[in-house]
Amino acid sequence: MKSMIEQRSAKEYTATKNACKLCAPLGASLVFKGIEGAIPLLHGSQGCSTYIRRYLISHFKEPVDIACSNFAEETAIFGGGMNLKIALQNIHQQYDPSLVGIATTCLSETIGDDVPMFLREYAEQHRNEKTAPLVHVSTPSYQGTHMQGFHNAVLATVKSVTTTGNFSNIGHVNIFPGMVSPADLRYLKEILTDFQIPYMMLPDYSKTLDGSIWSEYQLIPEGGTTVEMIRCSGNAAGSLEFGRILSREKQSAGKWLREKFHVDCHHLGLPIGINETDRFFQVLEILSGRPTPDKYREERGRLIDSYVDGHKHMIAAKVALYGEEDLVVGMAAFFSEIGIQPVLCASGDHSGYLKEEIARLFPSDLDQSIRVMDNADFMDIESAVQDIKPDLIVGNSKGFAMARRLGIPMVRIGFPIHDRVDASRKLHLGYRGTQQLFDRIANKLIEYRQASSTVGYTYM
Amino acid sequence: MSNIPLLKERESQIFRKGKEPFNMTCGKQSLAGSVSQRACVFCGSRVVLYPIADALHLIHGPIGCAAYTWDIRGALSSGPELHRMSFSTDLREKDVIFGGEKKLYHALIDLISQYAPKAAFVYSTCIVGIIGDDVGAVCKAVGEKTGIPVLPVHSEGFKGTKKDGYKAACNAMFSLIGKGDVSGISAKSINILGEFNIGGEAWMIKSYYQKMGIEVVSVMTGDGRVDDIRRSHGASLNVVQCSGSMTHLAEKMKEVFGIPYIRVSYFGLEDTSKALYDVAAYFADDPQIMESTKEIVRNEIQAVAAELQQIKKRVQGKRAAIYVGGAFKAFSLIKALRYLGIKVVLAGSQTGLQADYKILKEMCDEDTIILDDANSLELSKYVLEKKADLFIGGVKERPIAFKLGIGFCDHNHERKIPLAGYLGMLNFAREVYQTISSPVWQFTPKYLSSSRIGEGSMVVR
Repeated sequence: MKSMIEQRSAKEYTATKNACKLCAPLGASLVFKGIEGAIPLLHGSQGCSTYIRRYLISHFKEPVDIACSNFAEETAIFGGGMNLKIALQNIHQQYDPSLVGIATTCLSETIGDDVPMFLREYAEQHRNEKTAPLVHVSTPSYQGTHMQGFHNAVLATVKSVTTTGNFSNIGHVNIFPGMVSPADLRYLKEILTDFQIPYMMLPDYSKTLDGSIWSEYQLIPEGGTTVEMIRCSGNAAGSLEFGRILSREKQSAGKWLREKFHVDCHHLGLPIGINETDRFFQVLEILSGRPTPDKYREERGRLIDSYVDGHKHMIAAKVALYGEEDLVVGMAAFFSEIGIQPVLCASGDHSGYLKEEIARLFPSDLDQSIRVMDNADFMDIESAVQDIKPDLIVGNSKGFAMARRLGIPMVRIGFPIHDRVDASRKLHLGYRGTQQLFDRIANKLIEYRQASSTVGYTYM
Repeated sequence: MSNIPLLKERESQIFRKGKEPFNMTCGKQSLAGSVSQRACVFCGSRVVLYPIADALHLIHGPIGCAAYTWDIRGALSSGPELHRMSFSTDLREKDVIFGGEKKLYHALIDLISQYAPKAAFVYSTCIVGIIGDDVGAVCKAVGEKTGIPVLPVHSEGFKGTKKDGYKAACNAMFSLIGKGDVSGISAKSINILGEFNIGGEAWMIKSYYQKMGIEVVSVMTGDGRVDDIRRSHGASLNVVQCSGSMTHLAEKMKEVFGIPYIRVSYFGLEDTSKALYDVAAYFADDPQIMESTKEIVRNEIQAVAAELQQIKKRVQGKRAAIYVGGAFKAFSLIKALRYLGIKVVLAGSQTGLQADYKILKEMCDEDTIILDDANSLELSKYVLEKKADLFIGGVKERPIAFKLGIGFCDHNHERKIPLAGYLGMLNFAREVYQTISSPVWQFTPKYLSSSRIGEGSMVVR
């Protein structure tokens, strides 16, 4: 063994140090939390569900019940069929769910469990009882990141729930927003409502993971996309799918619906910044046949006005940016509008498309002044940041230790935000979300300059 | 009485005091689909070894296990902080097919040369055995090459419960013990076991012992150091807190090195004092130790008593629910809460033993609910039924409390405030008072109704 392993260079096999990603079952769990009355069920060890629950609870500050099939030693030897069925039965008994989203883990995938077969057997055994739709998504954590788990779960849900049939044609649109905050989801719904566009948004955890105080006990927190609406997704007038990276992947819910049901799919970048948001609103104008409501024209006008007012604070500011690839691309698009240089664009994802997407936004700067890193961990990011010395770090909470060590101010966006109280209420999308990002970033830059000046200006 | 549905298979792990016979089922694998609050074997190992600050902790497996345990605990170090890093072999699909040994080997060599740790712990996660990796052999090869102890921790998530993870951690640590130089260690010396230095607790406790004239050879594992652990067999006594996690190690040290152990707790004035007195009594041949102990206890209590009495006036009569990892902590919490005039109406643990639950039963008032390996629905149900005003637990229990409109106190490893010792008791009392007395509760329902659940409209659809 020893001689064999010594052959390869050590560089090829370095450890991941402070990962800038999470595992696929987390993304899938998040999607299932965005379906009304649904319970996520992880097919694997107890720790998978508990760790993911704790991670999500610390961000959303809401109850997050995720069930598990609780593998034991003999389960790993004889297969997880029995445990999965017991879990399904107990979930039905305790929660009376309207859907169970079953995501596999590295363990059940490695032993080769045939989950679809187990689910068919379960349905057969319980055919005389009320059984919730069972959605299965394959999410081994050795494949992709939490983002892949997220998109795969959206696709698996649509694939498994959508039915052909005579639905009343309400002319709705499907919207697949990607992994954004509850505030973002609420804002998207507000926009669609103002355009009078009926919609099926998947997932929608705007209420389930950012609920109000309860007046009565909720077994499954209320809110979420209804199973009924998902069922109709093949009948939609069109689909909207956010994410420049996602649009380049072979598979997505929007693409599947186009192939299978001829539902036209509009692939858009995350609507951050004027340009990407304009594209989003143009599509909404087409889909609704209505002009953009004044409310949003005014939001847009104020945003541009603030761009102008604040542009000198932003111009030539060097920012290190990290997070999920689509978030990084979305933020970089916004930065390209206001003169910020995203000197580092890093992600733990590794679709292979990140560099091209950033190059599209900054055609002349790539390699000279912008460094793009995918498959990166926080040690890679920190050493690049140390090298580049940016004015600002923009990303999730996990970069705080680095920001602190290097004395660089930081603006928190995305997921996870474990060290602030407003993770669910942070807005990133649309004119309003961009306005908040612009203000937070400008203020942070001003604050830093103010604090590090020896004069103590009160007038900036 | 709330109508939140319970699972029949769980009934034997729920006990209401007064309803004999008492025959609590415990120590078994969590029921599939029950949404247990427990984690896994890996979690058990990780929490025990985590605070060893000058060791490398490499998690062998796909990325999740390492990502979710990166720098989440409040275990402080007075020096190196290698424990706050998250290292993973981050196995990918090709590794699952071809095996992860090469990756593990090179990752270890690379990390050890970069960080120069005193030892390395290699945690096996779920799939490691299944893909056929011989972690023991890789550790041995790396140990020989680098000259530091490289210890496999057999912590595959599914191979038992969190308790088995504690055991795996103890076994890994035990292989370090007996290797260091014990010359110069006083006859009046102890190891502190099962104290994780959350918010600096181990430093406080260590200072009590030092003032008593007792040498602390090692703390396992708070602010832990490999070299201290290696020479810990030179101590005369093991003083074990968090007995659920560390009794196994204490037993092994007793068996192999003949070191006796006592079980203690540092939560609450009563238990902290008892711990110090018990240790002093062990070294009774030196009467000066007992004298110093009496003085320390007197001074420490005096320093906090007045404020504690003030707080007691404001919180007495309140009702608390506690759900913690180990049952031993529950005992202390019941006493500490009683000191403040707070009644415990629900007490549960993730990993208690039959014997622990017997003690718990004896300690609790009539009609108290005792739970083993509970889930969020059971906890909610009984919090509502018993009209608790306060929940003491960990991060996963916090939203339960808040959604039900009651106060919460974090008593798990994620917290940043020391709750052990005398000052810890004061911190605890302050936190209890602060959460209970916050004006925010005026806007939440006093006692949440769960009536609609019984009407079959559990979820608004």
